Amino acid sequence: MRDVSCEIRARESVAIIGPSGAGKSTLLALLAGLDLPSSGRVWLAGEDLTTLDEDGRARLRAARVGFVFQAFHLVPALTALENVMLPLELRGRRDARSPALDMLGRVGLGSRAGHYPRQLSGGEQQRVAMARASVGDPAVLFADEPTGNLDTVTGARIIDLFFELNAAAQTTLVLVTHDTSLAARCSRRLTMDAGALV
Amino acid sequence: MAVLWMALRLLRREWRSGELAVLLVSLSVAVAALTGVGFLVDRVGRAVQAQASEVLAADARIESPEPLSPELVVEAQNLGLRTARLTTLLSVVFKSDVSQLANVRAVSAGYPLRGSLKIAAQAFGAGVVTRELPAAGTCWPDSRLAAALGASLGDTLMVGARALRVERILVARPDQGSAFVDFAPGLLLNDADLAATQLVQPASRMEYVLLLAGADRALSRYDEWFTARARPAERLARVADASPQIGDAARRASRFLSLASLVAVLLCAVAVAMSARGYVARHLDVVALMKTLGAARRFVLGVTVVQMLLLSMLATIFGSAVGWLTQSWLLRALAGLLRTDLPPAGWMPALIGLVVAIAMLAGFALPTLLRLTRVPALRVLRRDAGPPPARLWLSLAPAAAAIAGVIYGTLADWRFSLWFVAALAAVLLSLGLGGALLVRLAGRARGSTRLPLRHGLANLSRRRSAAVAQIVAFGLGVMLLLVLAILRRDLVNDWRTSLPAGAPNYFFVNIPTGQKEDFRAALIAAGARPERMLPMVRGRLIAINGEKIDPRLPSATMLRGGHERQRGDLANREQNLTWSAELGDDNRIIAGRWWSAADTGKPLVSLASEFQESLNLKLGDRLRFDVAGEQFEVSVASFRKVKWDSFRPNFFIMFPPGLLEGMAGSDMTSALFQPRSPGALAELVRRFPSVSIFNIGDLLAQVRSVIDKAVTAVQSVFVFTLFAGLTVLLAAVQVSRDERRYETAILRVLGAGRAMLLRSSLAEFAAIGLLAGLLAASGAALGGYLLARQLDLHYRFDALMWCAGFIGTGLLVVTCGWLATRPVLNQSPRTVLD
Repeated sequence: MRDVSCEIRARESVAIIGPSGAGKSTLLALLAGLDLPSSGRVWLAGEDLTTLDEDGRARLRAARVGFVFQAFHLVPALTALENVMLPLELRGRRDARSPALDMLGRVGLGSRAGHYPRQLSGGEQQRVAMARASVGDPAVLFADEPTGNLDTVTGARIIDLFFELNAAAQTTLVLVTHDTSLAARCSRRLTMDAGALV
Repeated sequence: MAVLWMALRLLRREWRSGELAVLLVSLSVAVAALTGVGFLVDRVGRAVQAQASEVLAADARIESPEPLSPELVVEAQNLGLRTARLTTLLSVVFKSDVSQLANVRAVSAGYPLRGSLKIAAQAFGAGVVTRELPAAGTCWPDSRLAAALGASLGDTLMVGARALRVERILVARPDQGSAFVDFAPGLLLNDADLAATQLVQPASRMEYVLLLAGADRALSRYDEWFTARARPAERLARVADASPQIGDAARRASRFLSLASLVAVLLCAVAVAMSARGYVARHLDVVALMKTLGAARRFVLGVTVVQMLLLSMLATIFGSAVGWLTQSWLLRALAGLLRTDLPPAGWMPALIGLVVAIAMLAGFALPTLLRLTRVPALRVLRRDAGPPPARLWLSLAPAAAAIAGVIYGTLADWRFSLWFVAALAAVLLSLGLGGALLVRLAGRARGSTRLPLRHGLANLSRRRSAAVAQIVAFGLGVMLLLVLAILRRDLVNDWRTSLPAGAPNYFFVNIPTGQKEDFRAALIAAGARPERMLPMVRGRLIAINGEKIDPRLPSATMLRGGHERQRGDLANREQNLTWSAELGDDNRIIAGRWWSAADTGKPLVSLASEFQESLNLKLGDRLRFDVAGEQFEVSVASFRKVKWDSFRPNFFIMFPPGLLEGMAGSDMTSALFQPRSPGALAELVRRFPSVSIFNIGDLLAQVRSVIDKAVTAVQSVFVFTLFAGLTVLLAAVQVSRDERRYETAILRVLGAGRAMLLRSSLAEFAAIGLLAGLLAASGAALGGYLLARQLDLHYRFDALMWCAGFIGTGLLVVTCGWLATRPVLNQSPRTVLD
């Protein structure tokens, strides 16, 4: 990547779009502190990510960030409920159970709390992932092709739910997508090509 | 050729990526366990074989507890055979006040007729071959005796009533009994000095041996003549008869060690199967791609098979190297039981190691690997396209064949192999069921735990079969080690407690009947408390209910340690017979009745329960005995339970008074004797030179040290079982490596720090370790209890050992698990976006 400079304000919703290999996912990884730039700086929620070590960035993510992935990325050994409890528990909260159950209820999976990821359909898994991303009231929600692995109908339902949750929690939203209709629902679009913002 | 190059290239790449390490380690551990024992067994076997012609120190020997009749020598000389005489007895040898029980061997000119003696100037010195023999007035103690007495050249030793000067130290003699050393150290003296020792008394326990050497035909004719003579007390042994019997004890010991190594081999097979599965899972894409690029099925198959062969060879090299080190360690652990100057081992064990490595791969990995050849090229487009599922029989049959082959190859005995498989299956099944139950319970309990522990337990539940395999593997390894530790402790404790204060600590045998009152008085005067004195006559059981017992069956004296032919043994060997009017309070009649005064002189006999059991006798059975050529028949009047650990004189076979009095015999007794001065014993021996003195404490210590060494050796081999458990853990971690990486990355994205990931991983392995420890410690307690019952030992539950097993296993597994998963914990969260 070169000469990438941008600012995303609180409660903004931003779509990062562009052709394959343009560097969308790399930008997302840098913004979320999953990776560090070889030069340059990244601030997240007022913290300079480049000054933090791996654990420091993990702590920041635990406190301020939620994630939704194209491949859902639920922990296979944990039940739906346990997956949703994870972010709260990583913050050290002991009462993770009831907010997690609430959240699962809100995404319509209250009755499937005890199921393992392999027992859930793709759409259900993504709803669990969204519940997990939102349960800790993160300041920023990052999403990487959240509908990429879903059929059109399920994808549309998931997106509705996604924006619904986001609007209610007033979260900053940064998502990478190929889906133009999804990008259109965001307040701003950043287009990338060959490692640069255009 | 293309196949070989491809196989080599892929092997190198996979080696670099660590892909094959676990497979190689599992195979190497199996080969090491097998060859470690194999090399030792091979060396012992070679020693036995090399000495087969020398073990008798002759081509044939005649042994008898009675003096040999002169016609034996005359006939031998007539046939042109060379002869030499050898007389052996057990006696206490003194160097001033220091005493040691020794195997005294008086030899005539010509000894040994085959093989040669080795002598040195100091104990355990490097021996040189000699054709000389001890001159009259001198003796050659062996290294052990010289060391025990602190004797060196020029010192004077008292053997019975004769003083002999130490002229040489005997380092080796051909008839010292193949690989196993004699129970007591030995002393060689000249035949001419034997009479002057006054050790030869009418009833002394001696063995008279005539050595014969010469042409085969002459020997065969001598054998015919000898057999026709048919004197039950005398028996002729030829090299051909002797060598397999001498190898017997060695074979039995080897088989036990092999058994111990087999457990490790089988656990390693589990690890091989597990890592092969992981290997296949990770290679589906590569193979699909190779096929897309035009690789034929035969090519893929060829590459796989060549890789497996190369891997087997590597494992054999590593494993055999470790095996070689192991056998030298085993040899050291068994020092004193085995001779240390064994011939070097051959290549055979390493070759067997290679065969086993190939068999393990062929049985446990190849069926899985062959699935790779059936991966459709379509997989490059459709990720869910895989090889057709393996047919169950196709994957189980080679494994079963490999197991059967390895077990039978090691044990070479179908019944024994089946027994082993059944026993092992029963233990594995119970451990497996226990493990599965514990894993399930742990999974249930996770809801109420905190995150790291819950995540660890969740991982355990998800990979349940792998977790159970690890628990069983570690559980079995630790359990076997613990059972042996318990057994050793019980044995040692029992011996310590079974020699209570106040119990006799000395046995006195061969007291001439005419001197028995004098001897008793001398004992009391020296401050000893003698027990009852019982007469002792040596005789042989020759027929049961009129049915003759074959006197040509191998005798116990010749086998030395061959106990399995008990019937032949008990019936054939010279028995010690006694008579008494009273039944001691350490004897209890369990069937029939003890005789009264009215039964004096009646043809009755009372037998110890052990004797009854081994010959399967009933009350009223008629037994015919031969005492010094005189035969008589008695009927069984009673069976007795004898409390042998009272350490009083006791006999298997007792007659009523008035039956045997006329026959030449001696008396024996035991006594509590704390000699006030070290010279007291020496004085007794000088006054009564024919009396053999046995210090029970010394004997027990000797037996205990033998068992202790044997247990150490078996434990050393079982350590491989623990290593095998480790390979199962490594395989389980390797198989789950990708999953673990993936989970680590997700958890990191969600904000988990390294500490949390580490705690979660440790929790998982701690659970495996503690569950394995729980099973091992409990299984060992049960096994120890059952064994103690079987061996008639006093079992005591040892909470400390239980806790040590439980916590030790936990720590071991946690450490190994941590080391194995450490690289995974460094996984970058970035990978979830790839």
